[in-house]
Amino acid sequence: MRHVVPVLTVVLAIVVIWYAAAVGLNRAWIYDQAARAGVEPVTGMALVVETWNQERPVLPAPHQVVTELVKSTFGMAPTSKRSLVYHGWITLSATLLGFAMGTAMGILLAVGIIHNRAMDMSVMPWAIASQTIPILAIAPMIIVVLNSVGLQGLVPKAIISAYLSFFPVVVGMVKGLRSPDQMQLDLLQTYFASRSEVFWKLRLPSSMPYLFTSLKVGMAASLVGAIVGELPTGAVAGLGARLLSGSYYGQTVQIWAALFAAAVVAAGMVMLIGMVERGTLKRMGMAR
Amino acid sequence: MSWVLVALGAWALGWWVNSRLAASPLARTQGGKLAVPVIFGLTILILWEGLVRGLNVSPVILPPPSAVAVRFAESLPILWGDFVQTAVKGALSGYLIGCAAAFATAIVIDRSPFLQRGLLPVGNFVAALPIVGIAPIMVMWFGFDWQSKAAVVVVMVFFPMLVNTIAGLKASDAMQRDLMATYSASYTQTLLKLRLPAAMPFVFNGLKIASTLALIGAIVAEFFGSPTVGMGFRINASIGQLALDMIWAEIVVAAIAGSAFYGLVAMIEKRVTFWHPSQRT
Repeated sequence: MRHVVPVLTVVLAIVVIWYAAAVGLNRAWIYDQAARAGVEPVTGMALVVETWNQERPVLPAPHQVVTELVKSTFGMAPTSKRSLVYHGWITLSATLLGFAMGTAMGILLAVGIIHNRAMDMSVMPWAIASQTIPILAIAPMIIVVLNSVGLQGLVPKAIISAYLSFFPVVVGMVKGLRSPDQMQLDLLQTYFASRSEVFWKLRLPSSMPYLFTSLKVGMAASLVGAIVGELPTGAVAGLGARLLSGSYYGQTVQIWAALFAAAVVAAGMVMLIGMVERGTLKRMGMAR
Repeated sequence: MSWVLVALGAWALGWWVNSRLAASPLARTQGGKLAVPVIFGLTILILWEGLVRGLNVSPVILPPPSAVAVRFAESLPILWGDFVQTAVKGALSGYLIGCAAAFATAIVIDRSPFLQRGLLPVGNFVAALPIVGIAPIMVMWFGFDWQSKAAVVVVMVFFPMLVNTIAGLKASDAMQRDLMATYSASYTQTLLKLRLPAAMPFVFNGLKIASTLALIGAIVAEFFGSPTVGMGFRINASIGQLALDMIWAEIVVAAIAGSAFYGLVAMIEKRVTFWHPSQRT
């Protein structure tokens, strides 16, 4: 509770600054229009109100974005091409598919790495180094290449998402599966536990906090991957396409609405993982 | 067919050598730790080359590494120009501005617990958002040249850096702060002599995260409009011509730039936070 008031204050401050910035940035256009029409530009409150309600503002005011967001989310049939639910779902489905693939592959590779020393020494440095590489640069190429072998739509985007969420999961899971200390491993040894028993009863449970942390990072990364994956095919469908078509046609309100939709999706997904995390860790008696 | 056999043979040989190396006492030496991943990387390259040649994969789908290397060597001036445009002008200037601004903001709000409580959750929230989405807006505001790319990078690196610096400023423990108080140190003295040095591991963590974000931001922002130079522009243009070897050459540049940038930050970190347990070996 002690966070609520400060957070609200900060959010309120951001909104106030936003409105003020909208006045400052959109003013020039009104002066320009007035000069062309040969009339005195409006002043005072009328000017302020006008800057907040332009058709194509440089910076749309918050209420314009929210109106557009609400209109294109609830005001249209979810199957309509102008509905953000439609575009959001296209992006989200690619994200989720890719996230599932990337996580499964990442966990499998992590299990291989902790059980095979040669694999650990060969793959791990590359997995860590690959985090420093802007992998996203490959995204357009993957789309085009897969397109030329006949794969279209969901799968190529999901592959980019999978690729992006793969590495955080590998690195996090290797750390997590190695987190049991020597004392615990020794105890299981005195119980004459086999390798698989050590894995299922000690390593896997103690890796859970690490897994969820990297799942959150991976989810955010795979959403970015899906959005960027929508760019090179031109503006067809999805939140990335909304961003691109908005930037082609100067529809700033549309860009901001798509951006907010992406933010809501990302925040919702990360919160969902957080809830699963809390539930799981509580059941396992690891809640902090 | 023989290419495939050669490739698979090289793969098996590399794997065998690596297993032997990993099991031998050499694995504990510095050289062994370096050799194993290098051998692994080489076998991947040979496998790639062999499979592409042996199975007659079209260069439009996947060019062999040798073609990429040739293209890389041939178009060094173009690649250098793209690198300067995207990495130096776009990413680096944005990185410096964004990190400096975040650092300064963290120090300013450090004096107010109220602001900290408010800004930290907001910062954490924003850090998890797909911020690259602001790229089209920034391109609209600042034009096609590197300024808009730098602006995207500033926003991208700001929040991870802010969150880490704030966490770092809390890193000194109560005992240490009490000691400074008994010396009757002023706020500034405590900040400069105790809390900032103690915050450095966190600050560098933020700097490292930001270093990878910076290059991604600059490249993706170019997909939304750029002058006819730059890594993102080149990738986008080469897709149109199906010049995949050029794209791979750009990816090599991005990989080298990204790793070098990260390595540089890590090296500075080693010099600055030599006292931290994670740096002692």
